Amino acid sequence: MSEIKAGGQKEVALECRELHKHLGEGETRVHVLRGVSLKLYRGEVSAIVGPSGCGKSTLLYLLGLLDLQDSGSISIQGEEVPPKNDGEHTRIRGENVGFVFQFHFLLPEFSAMENVILPMRKLGRLNPKEMKSRAHALLNEVGLGDKTHRLPSQLSGGEQQRVAIARSLANTPGVLLADEPTGNLDVKNSLMVFESLTRLAKEKGQAVLIVTHNPDLAKKCDRILRMQDGQFT
Amino acid sequence: MSPTIRIAIRFLLAKKRSMLMSLTGIVFGVGFFISTQAQLSGYQELFIETILGTDGAIRIEDRIQDPNVFVAASTKKNTSTNFFITDKNNRRFVEGIEHPDSVIEAISELENFEAASPVIKGSIQLQSPLRKDNGQIYGIMVDEHIAVSALEDQIQLGSIEDFRGSPMGIIMGHKMAARLDVTVGDSIIIRAVDQQQRYRIAAIFETGVSDIDKTRVFMHLSAARSLLKKPNGVSFIQVSIYDRDRAIVDAEVIERVTKHFSAPWQEREKSWMQLFKTLQVSAAITVSTIIIISGLGMFSTLFMIVMDKTREIAILRSMGYTRNDISNIFLWQGVIVLICGTILGCGIGYLITFAISYLPMPLSGIFATEYFVVNSTAWHYVQAVIAAIIIVMIACFAPSRKAGKLVPGDVIRGTAA
Ligand SMILES: Nc1ncnc2c1ncn2[C@@H]1O[C@H](COP(=O)(O)OP(=O)(O)O)[C@@H](O)[C@H]1O
Ligand SMILES: [Mg+2]
Repeated sequence: MSEIKAGGQKEVALECRELHKHLGEGETRVHVLRGVSLKLYRGEVSAIVGPSGCGKSTLLYLLGLLDLQDSGSISIQGEEVPPKNDGEHTRIRGENVGFVFQFHFLLPEFSAMENVILPMRKLGRLNPKEMKSRAHALLNEVGLGDKTHRLPSQLSGGEQQRVAIARSLANTPGVLLADEPTGNLDVKNSLMVFESLTRLAKEKGQAVLIVTHNPDLAKKCDRILRMQDGQFT
Repeated sequence: MSPTIRIAIRFLLAKKRSMLMSLTGIVFGVGFFISTQAQLSGYQELFIETILGTDGAIRIEDRIQDPNVFVAASTKKNTSTNFFITDKNNRRFVEGIEHPDSVIEAISELENFEAASPVIKGSIQLQSPLRKDNGQIYGIMVDEHIAVSALEDQIQLGSIEDFRGSPMGIIMGHKMAARLDVTVGDSIIIRAVDQQQRYRIAAIFETGVSDIDKTRVFMHLSAARSLLKKPNGVSFIQVSIYDRDRAIVDAEVIERVTKHFSAPWQEREKSWMQLFKTLQVSAAITVSTIIIISGLGMFSTLFMIVMDKTREIAILRSMGYTRNDISNIFLWQGVIVLICGTILGCGIGYLITFAISYLPMPLSGIFATEYFVVNSTAWHYVQAVIAAIIIVMIACFAPSRKAGKLVPGDVIRGTAA
């Protein structure tokens, strides 16, 4: 099922154990995640499928450190994530997690190029010239090399989502999380976005986790995780 | 440029119109602040100059009675014309200055001392061919008095030279001259104590202070001595100094050294100075409300931007931007508006102040002027900028804190739902 590395050992990029999460208050309080454990390996693309409302997005936000779990633990690139330390979470996000949202979520005031540069600028590892050429290379790889200076409003939905993918890869994160990245796209665009995502992950040895409703796309992944009522089945 | 400033600028440009409103408010608030303070300070300055030009920086008056020699002094024969006065500190005074030369010699040692003029003062009645009036005679030594006052510049008709050359010449305030219906060259009878003399009007002055222009008459010290029958001593010594702001300290020193009561201009004109201070503070508060209102506008605009940009904030957080980064993005927006607002505001303030100084506004009474008087100092600009900084920073605080506190998960769930 999954690719075996030369050493015979798969490298774990992300691991979570027994994640629990409730959402809502009082009467509407729901036990959304009921003990989810999972390992993501480098160079491997995993898909999560499951009915709407089963907790897929909630899980992704926890893994991406965008939200706090009620219990359970997460480690990323071998580093145990301390619970409730916003500063550390932010640092790990910046260095090691790329996130692609269902809605492309670009900053409308910034061009495609500038959107891709934003995470690099925060991390501050490259000089401005290197940032530009890296952003250009990334946009080239998602097939937008000739539209780098367009504003998001001047791009189609599929193009915007590909910019978002380029942006999520900007700091070469060890883990890439994508929440229904093709949810709003037509078949042709879906395929293009999906290919960009998986090809880049394979080349750079990143661990990719995609939530998708599209069975055709799920089948193309190395591994399929099925989820129901906040648990893997 | 830091990434947060870059993002702040883009967010700001996207909300140009509402931010322009706040910016305009700050610009005019700062501008009006500067120009109103310049006006008040201009009038205050003119008032001080008028005081210094008429009654001088420091006036040395009655001798303070040494309690130890009190009995001896009071029984001395030639002090019989003097009488004792007690002030609020229960000090006793002997009216007038017996030995003006030694007092002047003592105070001329002061570093800040510029010039001194001994003056004999007394009440008089004036009789012109048509009318009668009461007044105050000031017996002066011309050169000494010119050195401690602006008398020379206040001459409206006639000349100081004419006065200098005529032993029985007088200089009269223009309001008094008008009332008595006399002019330069006319002669007039002045009555004091129990004698009268004929004098010739050598010049007419105008200080702009009605009380002075209505009552004061200058004559030569020797003429005043004989008219008032004061063969020695003077009523007071008018002192001018180089640094007017040190008058209070200098007056204290003079009082200690010469044992004569001495009043600095700030003390003599205390109520006026307090009035000016009060006006300045109340104008500052009034005008600051313009800045406060634009601060409120900014507060709501920033809140709007925060609510508008929650998605963008969540994305930035997901890329590794910290809470502080997000707060700073919104603080920077305030700072940018603040910087533009204060720079433009200072420019506008300068222009308004400049324009106002050409507005005709004739005034007299406590001073004379024909135009709005302005006096801008760097301090006014500093105060206006500080007021703007405080108000804008308060306005930015809550929105930027709120932005920093947003939890990305909540935001994304909210929008995705
Ligand atoms: N604020 C909330 N309060 C209560 N329940 C919520 C809240 N947000 C989401 N939920 C519930 O949590 C469950 C999981 O949501 P989600 O993770 O978005 O599902 P999925 O992405 O698999 O469609 C859903 O049943 C949803 O109704
Ligand atoms: Mg979902």
